[in-house]
Amino acid sequence: MPTLPRTFDDIQSRLINATSRVVPMQRQIQGLKFLMSAKRKTFGPRRPMPEFVETPIPDVNTLALEDIDVSNPFLYRQGQWRAYFKRLRDEAPVHYQKNSPFGPFWSVTRFEDILFVDKSHDLFSAEPQIILGDPPEGLSVEMFIAMDPPKHDVQRSSVQGVVAPKNLKEMEGLIRSRTGDVLDSLPTDKPFNWVPAVSKELTGRMLATLLDFPYEERHKLVEWSDRMAGAASATGGEFADENAMFDDAADMARSFSRLWRDKEARRAAGEEPGFDLISLLQSNKETKDLINRPMEFIGNLTLLIVGGNDTTRNSMSGGLVAMNEFPREFEKLKAKPELIPNMVSEIIRWQTPLAYMRRIAKQDVELGGQTIKKGDRVVMWYASGNRDERKFDNPDQFIIDRKDARNHMSFGYGVHRCMGNRLAELQLRILWEEILKRFDNIEVVEEPERVQSNFVRGYSRLMVKLTPNS
Amino acid sequence: MGKVTFIEHDQTEHVAEFKAGSSVMQIAVDSAIPGIDGDCGGECACGTCHVIVTNEWFSKTGTPGNEEEQMLSMTPERASTSRLGCQVVLTDEMDGMTVHLPEFQM
Repeated sequence: MPTLPRTFDDIQSRLINATSRVVPMQRQIQGLKFLMSAKRKTFGPRRPMPEFVETPIPDVNTLALEDIDVSNPFLYRQGQWRAYFKRLRDEAPVHYQKNSPFGPFWSVTRFEDILFVDKSHDLFSAEPQIILGDPPEGLSVEMFIAMDPPKHDVQRSSVQGVVAPKNLKEMEGLIRSRTGDVLDSLPTDKPFNWVPAVSKELTGRMLATLLDFPYEERHKLVEWSDRMAGAASATGGEFADENAMFDDAADMARSFSRLWRDKEARRAAGEEPGFDLISLLQSNKETKDLINRPMEFIGNLTLLIVGGNDTTRNSMSGGLVAMNEFPREFEKLKAKPELIPNMVSEIIRWQTPLAYMRRIAKQDVELGGQTIKKGDRVVMWYASGNRDERKFDNPDQFIIDRKDARNHMSFGYGVHRCMGNRLAELQLRILWEEILKRFDNIEVVEEPERVQSNFVRGYSRLMVKLTPNS
Repeated sequence: MGKVTFIEHDQTEHVAEFKAGSSVMQIAVDSAIPGIDGDCGGECACGTCHVIVTNEWFSKTGTPGNEEEQMLSMTPERASTSRLGCQVVLTDEMDGMTVHLPEFQM
């Protein structure tokens, strides 16, 4: 049975699709903004937008099990997440929190249990959202990461070519020259913030290429992504202004509609289609009219942008943090650069840039001695599975030649496994190859600042000082 | 004991020995054969141990189950004799088998 808000979202999507031929997409979204605001004034909000104010998080050992709430968006920033998840893994590996700001939810925290949930798409649905909370009302966009088979399979296969290894081979040279350019432009005489200078810059350029988005406007992609993934109601992030999110969505719709129409016209004029995302969508019979289904169109573009933004960006920063916490590993790396591919997997395990994916039980399921009821929200905490001592020896240690580093769960498992995994590995491998060519040391000179979120495990500020190779 | 030959996309051949009961993925990883990742460790959940069995050996490897079918359907290099190496448990009957590796794992 669909829930009431879901039904409303469905009706809204159908309405938007039906009118999309005559009303520009950005106008439709602006229209939704006013409709939602009117609805809120008349009926009150579906769930009040939570507001998160940071307070010190108590030591987990002072809490009763039932009071442990790992949805707190400051858990990562305050460095408490390890102790919280360890206690859940040891004492309540399938744990129910009945009144979080995002509503009740189950946490699954052991590697094996997470793998089971992730594989069992017949028992656990990825619909309608994969984040713990709800997106702003009216902005329930449709993306294949939050669809079940068979609809998921059709949509995924139409876009995965853009990040498929075959396409990547073509991109390797471009990625390397850009990485080199960015590293060569860094100051070597004073500390600077690595996050905007390198991590954001390289991922922004990559996204612009994958989407064939106007290069000089690429910062927009990063800003949209940050705000979508950082909605307070969805992930406990810092963005609580729903109107601004509608404006973003409208802005995105305008930019991408223009890009779509432009490519359509060029193709009609006989130009060879490129290997960018929109060209691929237009080449596939299932998606060639995607622009007439605006919530899906926006959804799948958002997915690609968010999927390629926070993830790789924070692994680019996280690798430096890891090397500074475990300096002997950097020495090991300099002595044996052939460890880079394995080190890349270890960085992705250690950082786990996205903490979890959410599912909804499609029926009652027994797991870890608990009964998850049909309709319950279930959160698979990859960040905890990657530190499960039942799976990884010394899981909190960063070990670049860890034998089973590739077994990490940061990409998820099963049909929703990360489509961009090879691109992410390629970007990180090239970054570290180019770093070793240039720098003898990269020292983190201040405590890094971490973002507010229960979903994104990232850095907003990472001050570093470079020592060039002599 | 038996042997399986793995042929990479560029035609490089590698031979791995096996004891009945191991999986094709396991012997490939243990023998460090390039082109087989086995990221999920044999859970049929990542699709990175894709092999294409030669026609004459395919029937000896059994048939893919539903989970395997689902993962295989996600790879663009899927062929009619594709299998996930972790789901092919080797028997003495498979001594001498040849499998091809795709150009890329997912």
